[in-house]
Amino acid sequence: MIEVKELSKEFAGRPVLRSVSARFEAGKVNFVIGRSGSGKSVLVKCIVGLLEPESGSVAYDGRDFTAMDVQDRKEVRKEIGMLFQGSALFDSMTVLENVMFPLQMFRTASVEENRERALECLRRVELVGAEDRYPAQVSGGMQKRVGIARAIALNPRYLFCDEPNSGLDPQTAIVIDDLIRAITQEFNMTTVVVSHDMNSVMQASDNVHFVHEGQILWNGTREALLAGGPPELEAFVFASSLMQRVRKVSRGI
Amino acid sequence: MRWFFHIGRYTRLLGQVFRVPEKGRVFWNLLVRELDAIGTQSLGIVALLSLFMGAVICLQTAHQISGWIPDYTVGFTVRQTMILEFSPTLIPVILAGKVGSNIASQIGTMRVTEQIDALEIMGVNSAGYLILPKVIAGVAIVPFLVVLSMGLGIASGLGVALLTGASGLADFEYGMRIDFKPFDVVYALTKTTVFGFLMTTISAYHGYHAFGGALEVGRASTRAVVWSVVVIMVANLVLTQLLLN
Repeated sequence: MIEVKELSKEFAGRPVLRSVSARFEAGKVNFVIGRSGSGKSVLVKCIVGLLEPESGSVAYDGRDFTAMDVQDRKEVRKEIGMLFQGSALFDSMTVLENVMFPLQMFRTASVEENRERALECLRRVELVGAEDRYPAQVSGGMQKRVGIARAIALNPRYLFCDEPNSGLDPQTAIVIDDLIRAITQEFNMTTVVVSHDMNSVMQASDNVHFVHEGQILWNGTREALLAGGPPELEAFVFASSLMQRVRKVSRGI
Repeated sequence: MRWFFHIGRYTRLLGQVFRVPEKGRVFWNLLVRELDAIGTQSLGIVALLSLFMGAVICLQTAHQISGWIPDYTVGFTVRQTMILEFSPTLIPVILAGKVGSNIASQIGTMRVTEQIDALEIMGVNSAGYLILPKVIAGVAIVPFLVVLSMGLGIASGLGVALLTGASGLADFEYGMRIDFKPFDVVYALTKTTVFGFLMTTISAYHGYHAFGGALEVGRASTRAVVWSVVVIMVANLVLTQLLLN
């Protein structure tokens, strides 16, 4: 479980996060949704330590990450996997080398054992046969799957996904959503997904946190999301005609 | 004030770079790759420039001294110019353009495509992982390139002197040996080592702190080359005053 308490962050005097508190449960897919510029990506970057918050704390299963020194943080980070919006694969390495990278860096196992583990991860994301290709030689959806394979290579306890479906077609997006959900349950990970894609929220979320102007305005399940909430949430969730139809059906209108 | 900001951030980056690598085997592989990228792949341009510069210095000297200064001056001038200034200063400046822009754009692209963030999330010291092998390779291999440049430049000068009749073999050889101070080579290699360090770290600094997109990576690459050359020139003046006077 990840617990965020009264987290605040500002850029050049402009507040981006205002005393945000949230709890992301283990074994669940926790979505952080909100409009572009609402502060959801900054929130996740503060949680993983890529940005330093002005105040507040982040605790990984009770361990106060914000109070740790560099060495202790490195230890926690070995338990974190992250899927980036653009996949962030190392373009000078093949697919297999990308997945092997964290294993080579942090495991004492032989190259052969690391290779076997990497292939196992690639099998898990159904990418067998692409291991010798470079990131530029595979599709966007395949890059995301390589990103997931790399993120889970060290059996992380925490998985972060930043806009995992951006730039993907709806069918591939569903494959990625299902994969994130299945892996979360399989490894009992605490998964946090940043997204503004409502299809993805309805497909994969267990809990949803709605960020608006640097604050968490609402949180609950995807079922509760359909029941409505503050006007800002309703405006965001039911912005598309498809979601308006979903609302009508769910409310029996 | 911006200068202080950059000097402070550069110093802090160096603090991150010079830490014990996470995995010796991975570091060694990266170092070998960088030695190849900075060293082997620069052999052609270094050799070409050195051959032509040695030849041109020979012809210019012969043109200026003909008739009133002994012929052995040609060999003396070629040797002194190649050892004291051309090879140890201009070769690093050329490399700042070739290798420096490559380092800045490579690291800058990794920054804007979140590859550096990915390293940090994994718990890898990204500055150490990406920059340390380049710095060590630069410091280790640039002096070798400079020694090669000295040799090729002098050999080329000799060849042109013989072909054009600017100087005879005996005169050139005498000029090569006259008033030779071994410390000149030490001076040249000392400043070359410093320039190798400056070139790689300044370029890496600009790439590491790039942000935005392709345009910014291009700008970071340009800044890397310009600042590397400027700092090499300033360091050249300071080191020359310190070591030769």
